[in-house]
Amino acid sequence: MAEMAQNGKADNILLDVKGLKKYFPIQKGLLRKVVGYVKAVDDVSLYVREGETLGLVGESGCGKTTASRSIIRLYEPTAGQVLFKSRVLSPDGQPRMVNLLELDRDQMTKVRQEISMIFQDPINSLNPRMTVADIIAEPMVIHGKYEKGRSEEIIVNLLERVGLRADHLRRYPHEFSGGQRQRIGIARALALNPRLVLCDEPVSALDVSIQAQTLNLLQDLQKDFNLSYLFVAHDLSVVQHISDRVAVMYVGKVAEMASAEELYANPLHPYTEALLSAVPKPDPLYKSERIIMQGDVADPSNPPSGCYFHPRCRYAIDRCKIEAPAFRELKPDHWVACHRAEELQLKGI
Amino acid sequence: MAVATAPTALPVAKKRELGQSYWDLVKYRFKKNKLGVLGLILLIALYVSFAAIPEFIAPYQLENRSNFVEAPPTAIRFVDANGQFQAPFIYGLDRKIDTVKRLRTWEINTDRKYPLRLFVQGDEYRLFGLIPMNIHLFGIEADQKEQRIFIMGADALGRDYFTRILYGGRLSLMIGLIGQFLTLALGVTLGVISGYYGGAVDMFVQRFTEFLAAFPNIPLFMALSAAIPAFWSPIVVYFMLTLILAFLNWGGLARQVRGLILSLREREYALAAKSFGAKDRRIMFRHLMPGTMSHVIVIATLSIPGMILAETALSWLGLGLRPPLTSWGTLLQDAATVRAIRFTPWLLWVVPPILVTILTYNMLGDGLRDALDPYSGR
Repeated sequence: MAEMAQNGKADNILLDVKGLKKYFPIQKGLLRKVVGYVKAVDDVSLYVREGETLGLVGESGCGKTTASRSIIRLYEPTAGQVLFKSRVLSPDGQPRMVNLLELDRDQMTKVRQEISMIFQDPINSLNPRMTVADIIAEPMVIHGKYEKGRSEEIIVNLLERVGLRADHLRRYPHEFSGGQRQRIGIARALALNPRLVLCDEPVSALDVSIQAQTLNLLQDLQKDFNLSYLFVAHDLSVVQHISDRVAVMYVGKVAEMASAEELYANPLHPYTEALLSAVPKPDPLYKSERIIMQGDVADPSNPPSGCYFHPRCRYAIDRCKIEAPAFRELKPDHWVACHRAEELQLKGI
Repeated sequence: MAVATAPTALPVAKKRELGQSYWDLVKYRFKKNKLGVLGLILLIALYVSFAAIPEFIAPYQLENRSNFVEAPPTAIRFVDANGQFQAPFIYGLDRKIDTVKRLRTWEINTDRKYPLRLFVQGDEYRLFGLIPMNIHLFGIEADQKEQRIFIMGADALGRDYFTRILYGGRLSLMIGLIGQFLTLALGVTLGVISGYYGGAVDMFVQRFTEFLAAFPNIPLFMALSAAIPAFWSPIVVYFMLTLILAFLNWGGLARQVRGLILSLREREYALAAKSFGAKDRRIMFRHLMPGTMSHVIVIATLSIPGMILAETALSWLGLGLRPPLTSWGTLLQDAATVRAIRFTPWLLWVVPPILVTILTYNMLGDGLRDALDPYSGR
C-alpha cells in the first residue's frame, strides 16, 4: 500500500509517514513491570505534499498530537517509517527522501531546521523568563545561525510579518494576549525558514475571532514562505477552512484520508460520516440528521478486536469484528480503512 | 540588543519598552514587604560590618592582648563625677585583688579620664586585605597606652571581646554563604539532572540522597572531622568544614528541584526547545533551571541560618573550627562554662549577633517567598 502512495503522486511528496506506531508502556508495581501498552498511535500512514495543508482530525485522545510529536521524534516512535524530503542532509543540496527514524542525533538536529512546530498552548509554549527577541532567536542560536545585526533584522521582519511590532521585542510573554502569543510562536516556528510546519492545534486555545485571524495568517504565510502544514485539529470547520486534504483519525489509526472537498462531500468511512453529521450548520431551517454513536471511544490500552470502530459502527458486519481493515486507496487519492467502503452509500455535507 | 534596529516611534512605546521581566515584578512585590526590606537592609549592614570591614569597626586587632584580663565592659559616660555634662569619655580601670574572695577585680578610677574619639589611629591592618590603614571607627587616643576600651568586656587573655565578635562573625557568616553556595551548586545540578533524565539516573540520585538523609548527623560529623588531619592549617580545616556541611545538606534541595523539574519538563516550552533541536544541556539549564530559581532562592535564604548554626554548634562541640580561628562557635565555646557565666557573663554578648543574623535571614526569606511565590496571585 505504501508503494501506491508513492505511485499516485510520487514527485512532490514532502513527508510520507508509513505505519507509524507509538506505544506507551504501562508500568506497575515496585519493579516497574510492564503490564501493557497504551497504543496511542497504532499504524498511522499519511503523506503531505509540498505546499499543501493536510488536516489531521479526530476526537480527544485519538493520538493526533502523539502522532505529530512522533513524526519529529519528540517521542521516540515504536515502529514505522517517517520519510522526509530533506535538503540539509543531502550532500549536493538536492532534496532527497530520508527516514527520520534512522537518523543519528546530529543528523536529526540538522533536519529540525526544516521541520518546525507550533504548539497548542500559547501560554505554556513560550518560556516566561525569556523576552520575545530571545524566544524567536532561539532556533537560530541552537543551530549556530545567530549573527548580531543580521539575525536581529530577520527577527524584526518576522515579528512584523506575523502582525506584531518591533517594540514588542523586549517584552515578556505574559505581557501579551493569547492570540499575540500564538503569533510569537508562529514567528519562532518560521525563524529558520522551515519547509514543513507541524501545527499542533494552534488555534484551539484561542477564541473564535482570533482563530480566524490566526488561520488567515497561517494561510498567508504558507503562500509567502512556500510552507507545508500538517495541521492537527479537532474542529472540523477549522480543518475545512485551512486544509487541502484531510485525514481522520480514530483510536490511533487513520480511518480515512482524502482531499477536503471529497472527504466532506463523499465520506467513505462510517466514522467520518458520523463526525460530519455533528458539524453545526449556520442555517436555522436546516433539519440535521445527527448520527448518535453508541458506546464510548475505544480504550487505546485495550482496543477492540478487528476494526477498532466496529462496536460503535451502524454498518458493522461479522467480518469487522475479526479482521482489521487495511488502509487502501479506493479512489485516486482517497484512502479509507473500511471493509464495506465500496458498498456503503454515506452522507456528506 | 535588537532594539537598536527597531524603530521606536512613540514615547509611549519607549516607556513600555523597559519590559516587566520576572525579576522586575519580584522586585516590585518585594519592596511592598516592609519586614523583608528591613531584613535585607539589616543583613547587608551585618555583612558589611562583620564580614567586609571588621578591622575598621573594631578598635583593636584580633589577637591584640593586654593586661586587662577579664575586664568588664567599659561604660561610656557623658557626665563626670562633678555632674558636668561633656563629650563622651571613659574612666580608667585599676586592678584590685580581693584577698578574701581570692579574686582579681577591676575598679573604676575617676581620676583618669580618656575622651572617646571617632576615627582614631590604632593597630595597623589592611582593609579588604589590600589597603594598609590604621584608622579605627572609634577608640581612645593611641598614645594613652595605659588604658583600653572594651565595650563588651575582655576575655581571659585581655583581648577586646567586641573585636573578637566582629572577626568571629566574618567566619561564621561566610561559612553560611559559601556553604550554601556549594549546597546550591550540588543540589540544583543533581536535582535538575535527576528530574530531567528520570529512570536509572533519577533512581541513583534519589537513593543517594535518602542514604545521606538516613545517616545520623552527629556521628557522621565526628567521623568526618576526625578524618581531617590535625596538622592541616586552620584555614584548610575551615574549608573542609564548609564542604562537609554542603555535602550533607544538598539532598533535600536536590529533591525539591527534582520535583519542580518533573512538572516543568512537561511544559510545552521545553518540548518546543527540543523540537528546534536544543541539546539536553540547553533545555536543562537554560529553560528548566531558571524556573526553579525562585523556589531555590527562598530555600537557600531560609537555610543559611541552619548552616551558621551548624557551624556554631559543631565548633562549640569542638568538632568544627578550632582556635586560633575565631568564629561565633569558638567564642561560644569560651562562654560555655559555669565559671564564665558566673564571673564573665559579658562573654555571652556573642549570642545577640547570632540571633539577629538568623532573624534577619528569616525576615528576608519570608519576604522573598511572598514576592516570588507564583501562587500568591496578582
